[in-house]
Amino acid sequence: MKILATYNIKGGVGKTSTAVNMGHLAARDGLRVLLWDLDPQGAASFLLRVRPRVKGGGKALIKGRRELDAAIKGTDFDRLDLLPADFTYRNLDLILDSTKKPTERMDRLLRPLADEYDLIVLDCPPSISLLSESVLHAADVLLVPLIPTTLSVRTLDQLSDFIAGFDGHKPQVLAFCSMIDRRKRLHREIAEQLPEERSDVARTVIPALSLIERMSVERAPVTAFAPRSAAARQYAALWAEVGERVL
Amino acid sequence: MVESFPHDFVLASDGRPPADVVRAALAPRFTAAPDGRARTVRLTWLDTFDWRLYQAGLTLQHCAGSRASDYTLTANDGEQLTASAKGLRWPALAGALPPGPLRARLRPVTEVRALMPTARASATVRQLRVLNADDKTIAWLTVTDTSLAGPRGQDGTGLAPRLSLTAVRGYQAQTDRIARCLAAAPGVTPAVASPLDDVLAAAGRHPGDYSGKVDVKLTAEMPARCALEEVLLQLLNTLEANVPGTIRDTDTEFLHDLRVAVRRTRSAVKLCGDVLPAGVPEAFSGEFKWLGDVTTPIRDLDVYLLGYDQMAAGLLAATPAELEPFHRYLARHRELEQRELVRALRSRRFLDLVKTWRKELAAPAPRRGITAAALAAERIGRAHRKVLKRGAAITPDSPPESLHDLRKRCKELRYLLEFFASLHDPAIHQQAVRDLKGLQDCLGEYQDCQVQQHEIRMFAAQMMTERDVPATALLAMGELASKIARRERRARREFADRFADFAAAASQQRFRALTSGAGR
Repeated sequence: MKILATYNIKGGVGKTSTAVNMGHLAARDGLRVLLWDLDPQGAASFLLRVRPRVKGGGKALIKGRRELDAAIKGTDFDRLDLLPADFTYRNLDLILDSTKKPTERMDRLLRPLADEYDLIVLDCPPSISLLSESVLHAADVLLVPLIPTTLSVRTLDQLSDFIAGFDGHKPQVLAFCSMIDRRKRLHREIAEQLPEERSDVARTVIPALSLIERMSVERAPVTAFAPRSAAARQYAALWAEVGERVL
Repeated sequence: MVESFPHDFVLASDGRPPADVVRAALAPRFTAAPDGRARTVRLTWLDTFDWRLYQAGLTLQHCAGSRASDYTLTANDGEQLTASAKGLRWPALAGALPPGPLRARLRPVTEVRALMPTARASATVRQLRVLNADDKTIAWLTVTDTSLAGPRGQDGTGLAPRLSLTAVRGYQAQTDRIARCLAAAPGVTPAVASPLDDVLAAAGRHPGDYSGKVDVKLTAEMPARCALEEVLLQLLNTLEANVPGTIRDTDTEFLHDLRVAVRRTRSAVKLCGDVLPAGVPEAFSGEFKWLGDVTTPIRDLDVYLLGYDQMAAGLLAATPAELEPFHRYLARHRELEQRELVRALRSRRFLDLVKTWRKELAAPAPRRGITAAALAAERIGRAHRKVLKRGAAITPDSPPESLHDLRKRCKELRYLLEFFASLHDPAIHQQAVRDLKGLQDCLGEYQDCQVQQHEIRMFAAQMMTERDVPATALLAMGELASKIARRERRARREFADRFADFAAAASQQRFRALTSGAGR
């Protein structure tokens, strides 16, 4: 079982769209996938038509396997399950803080699911917190959507430095340029240069396409409702690159 | 098997499309939407000849459509395993299925028995999604329209359409609510039997209609001759039921069950034949001996072949590859012996034997003479005394023949217990059989080891005369022989304890209860 987390300290960069489409593509390839919507806003849960509510809230989930099992919902897609968001996730930091070794908690919680799932996708909220630290410790792969700006690249460096300081297990970081606006020269330049210059940036880019925004209307992955679209093809290329480089 | 299937329903054949019935039943809380097109599939249910899957609460179904060919194993608790495989031919052992969880689950249940079709049908399958207010799929409904096919079912016999409801994970409570809506809808009835039971009933088959065990319902007061004839008739039915599978060589258990039926028949005639009309035992015992004898060589080879992998894996000095010429020899000779056996089972002599034996058993019996209970008590008592006496006379210096003789007497006692089981208290009967089985297992192991050591020498000599045999193969066989000799010695050492257990006061008391009438 591999754990893939879509993470960025910033919001609105395409984390949830990426998590949902990666989860769908992995399941379509035959993997048993669990997507955990860790963001209290519950966007991934909304996109997969699951109500963002967990019995007992985040506190119950952090307790153990039984509560986790009971909260899992099947989606409309074969082999893709969802652990929905809950508004109490806004307090996950506090809940984690009250446990022993909080940064290891997520890993201890997820590893026993290996008999049931081949891939766990964590859709993280935009923040740097105890929760994100625990996710970083648990993840095998960190998929980082990057708006092609100089400041975003600087944030990626900060993240990489932070991970480099971990003892023992470290996730592999794979950033990719997200929400590329082809009309902007800076976007085009950075999107072309970055993969050339840095090995931790994927060749595939995800453009800003209205079809991706339409996911919230269709309430489904773009790879499901428009599988032949340019957007779906880019996500498929990104999934292939993730598979090839880090999984 | 009467069981309720809370998420299975039967639809009335009133001409309304199933999707309309479902939509009306679920409105307004839920909606139903078709998922893909209807598929036409061929369904085959598989089980062993003695219904091992059915007895274990398992159903194995093969579903072949234009694109897929899937095997699904369903347990009574709802657990399902699936494997895809095309082009498999049945009957075959479970090992023919592709490796994976389904095969791993099946093999310990079927063991040496082949899987064979128990029913065939064609079906049209439609899938419906059940959606909630968010248009989220929360359950699946499968509508199956089944028509029987195959030799025993009348072609085109349609079964009532069946609805199967499956919850999407995390939506069990809503699915239970959907089930309640369906159960309350006109034209929808909760299913009381499994799809397999429905198909088997329509095809005129009864699950569990074959068992190699003796299962005759006798009464204490019935005339002994009638009781014996009922036992013998059931043994004859078992014998005949196993002939086609033995001839086709479907699996080795057909021959085994056939041989056991012959042995039991011979013992029944020998031990109780005096209640049959004069001359009958003499007229048939020779013929049943012939039948037993013609089935022996191939069974001996089967015993080696069935245990071959384990034997080869247990070699220490030799390698399994070095033993391979022995395997080839066994397989080649088995083929030859199978041909001989088929010839015997198709011979006029065999056909006459079963025909005249059945006729003899069907002849009206006079309603007088000793009762079944008296016969059972007297013969079990006599056989039991014989086992005790001969067993007590065996010392560490006794020759192997004395243990061989005791083994046969034990077998006779066991058969008598089985024939008359319905006359006895089941708890006492089962415990008495357990007492005896401990001794039988020890004697059986000793005898098998003796025979196998003799045979392995004989096989080695034959292999040398037939073709060039590598010395390594003979050495490997020598290692096998030495392992068998060690097992034989262990069994011989254990005999005294096993016999002491059997002869213990508690065991004797049980046998006294069976033979005095207190065990009824």
